[in-house]
Amino acid sequence: MCLAVPAKIVELDESGQGTVSYLGSEVRANFTLVPQARPGDWVIIHAGFAISVMDAEEARETLLLFKELAAASRR
Amino acid sequence: MKELRDPAAIRKLLGDIEERAKRLARAPRLMEVCGTHTMALFKHGLTPLLAEAGVEMVSGPGCPVCITPNAIHEAAIAALTGTEGLTLAAFGDMTRVPTRKGSLQTAVPARGSRLKLVYSPEEALDEARRDPARDVVFFGAGFETTIPAIAYTAKRAAGEGLKNFSVIPALWLVPPALKAVLDAGEIAVDGFIYPGHVSAVIGAAPYEFVARDYGIPGAIAGFEPGDILLAVRSVLDQSIAGRPEVALEYTRAISRQGNAVARKLMDEVLEPFDAVWRGLGKIPKSGLTFRPEYAALDAGRRFGAPGNETGLDLAGCRCGDVLRGVIRPEGCKLFGKACLPDSPLGPCMVSYEGSCLIHFKYGPVRRARK
Amino acid sequence: MSKISLELGSGGRLMRDFLAKTIVPAFADPMLGELADAVHLPGGIAFTTDSYVVDPLVFPGGDIGRLAVNGTVNDLVVAGSEPRFLSLALILEEGLETGVLERVIRSIRDAARAANVRVVTGDTKVVRRGQGDKVYINTAGVGRSVAKPRLGRIRRGGKLILTGTLGDHSLAVMLARGDFGLRSNVRSDCAPLLFLLPLWKAGALWMRDVTRGGLATILSELAERLPYPVVIDEDKIPLSRPVRAASELLGIDPLYMACEGKAVIVAPAAKAAEILRRIRRHPLGRRAAVIGEVQDRVGRPGELLLRTGAGGLRLLEPLTSELLPRIC
Repeated sequence: MCLAVPAKIVELDESGQGTVSYLGSEVRANFTLVPQARPGDWVIIHAGFAISVMDAEEARETLLLFKELAAASRR
Repeated sequence: MKELRDPAAIRKLLGDIEERAKRLARAPRLMEVCGTHTMALFKHGLTPLLAEAGVEMVSGPGCPVCITPNAIHEAAIAALTGTEGLTLAAFGDMTRVPTRKGSLQTAVPARGSRLKLVYSPEEALDEARRDPARDVVFFGAGFETTIPAIAYTAKRAAGEGLKNFSVIPALWLVPPALKAVLDAGEIAVDGFIYPGHVSAVIGAAPYEFVARDYGIPGAIAGFEPGDILLAVRSVLDQSIAGRPEVALEYTRAISRQGNAVARKLMDEVLEPFDAVWRGLGKIPKSGLTFRPEYAALDAGRRFGAPGNETGLDLAGCRCGDVLRGVIRPEGCKLFGKACLPDSPLGPCMVSYEGSCLIHFKYGPVRRARK
Repeated sequence: MSKISLELGSGGRLMRDFLAKTIVPAFADPMLGELADAVHLPGGIAFTTDSYVVDPLVFPGGDIGRLAVNGTVNDLVVAGSEPRFLSLALILEEGLETGVLERVIRSIRDAARAANVRVVTGDTKVVRRGQGDKVYINTAGVGRSVAKPRLGRIRRGGKLILTGTLGDHSLAVMLARGDFGLRSNVRSDCAPLLFLLPLWKAGALWMRDVTRGGLATILSELAERLPYPVVIDEDKIPLSRPVRAASELLGIDPLYMACEGKAVIVAPAAKAAEILRRIRRHPLGRRAAVIGEVQDRVGRPGELLLRTGAGGLRLLEPLTSELLPRIC
């Protein structure tokens, strides 16, 4: 029930409508649940609605964590 | 985010998990309560890998298609077959659940009526705006991940004065279901993997009672293989330390506070009631229904779904027991025999996130005999 | 089952049961009993038939006409024959716009030309409004036998080659039906696979076009007939970006999505590299890849297994029901 993906906001108007881009495909999205979102932000999209704005810093740290885990595995 | 699928990282996490599992008094059994987690575990082949590492994964009531009782599915079918010139909009796998009246897919619509599959509730609203002379009934099913979107759509419809849009609600809340599973005491659970996207809305606080009152550890997880394993490792760490809590292992996507805007919207439009779940029966304050001010949008009542009926499952179907984690799908006599994906007898075999379908499709892999 | 259900048409278990219990016993013919898509008749002729009922009629990258030619052409190619002639039977619904029909006929003509086949005979019927879905097409194809698939020669170590990306046709049709708010530049991959014909001489042992049911269904059926399990690698499977995006957004599995211009080929280990090279030289085969092998290290005979990107292993079953975009 949680099928949702991270996508980047391409455009966003004052009424809360807009589009996100996911792997080059554009999806219409509704941003009223995340009024703090801005174009260029990454959001979690579920059923055509952005439900959360992603944290770029945390994303970077997560990626680093996994790079380290992979490296540790190879040692 | 392919790093979260990197086999080397996965191997490292599994190694960590195996090492921790050995330090526990008995092999841990963890329950996830999100159909998308069930799906992710099987899709990536993680369940057997976790079993080899000493951790047993069990599925709880995490599939909204499955836990919606047949009475509500039948109400949607009644709308489509009994009213002329109506569009019944629904999410994909809601439409294949078999009832006494067939499924939404197989039911013959009334003259001029049709079934429309949608990805977003807004598509249903657009249908209603497009042709104000035509009734649009949206079969709105979901957990807290989806409920804000449905609430928003209802609010917009009311705000725009759309007389032709209504919703058959099947709105379910996760924390009360967790409590019901724990209180039923049918299955010993050593830890929970909490649903990451439900948590995007509700945050971490609603699960804290599990750690505080039941002493059971848990972690909120994302949906990549790496996310799930990180959460499993965290749960085992909590067990070893004897310090159960609600760990957040999906920090890139969600915060402990959740989404207050979404919750406020839900609260504006909907109110809790004692809903009846397939398999779990009536659970206090576990479902949401429209507030009196929005009653005009509630199509459930109109088509015979007070949401309080139980039963009506096809004979022999043990989906309810599967949903409580009491039996595996293989424990049902009908599984793989009379109940198959192309001739399902219950929603657990229909929904892509239903345990029975997943167990059927993604069965265990046995090593070749040498 | 006392009434025909829509599920029967999905091509899965219900269809197989129907063929086994109703069709095959009725005729008791050894050739029919093989249930091959195309058969080699005495005299060096291969013969096949297929019907096309796609909705909508037109979608990005093609239409029902183009499908009706290439689908039948490809059945002949993967059975080891050079397509030569087609019959064309049209069942038209009263009220169909002639402009639409003309477009479909032009597509058939263009596709036939591109595939080097001649449409030499046919039939046209019209049914009452409401009794047909605008256009149904049947094409029967006749070809010159050039090779025979040799299932019995597939050994351990045999490689599976996929000629290109999965699911483009399926997604194009799905989005043409109801766009789910998704703007995508996906196009159906509907195309003739004639460029695969020389591979028979180069050592190919078996081929199938990846149509209804998708790769997982095709390979499940192959695995059932082999003495060794088949393993494919998730990481090696080529996917176009639109299909990758849509599959994650809508929750559909590309392994079960139909194509109309892709094939999977089984080649002996020693010949696989050369066969792959030759496929990649053709514009339609640029994304070809070795995606798996026949082996006996894991699994049991008859099984098709997927090694997941995360390093797990899972069993793949044939498609059992309609692919529906899921949300939850």
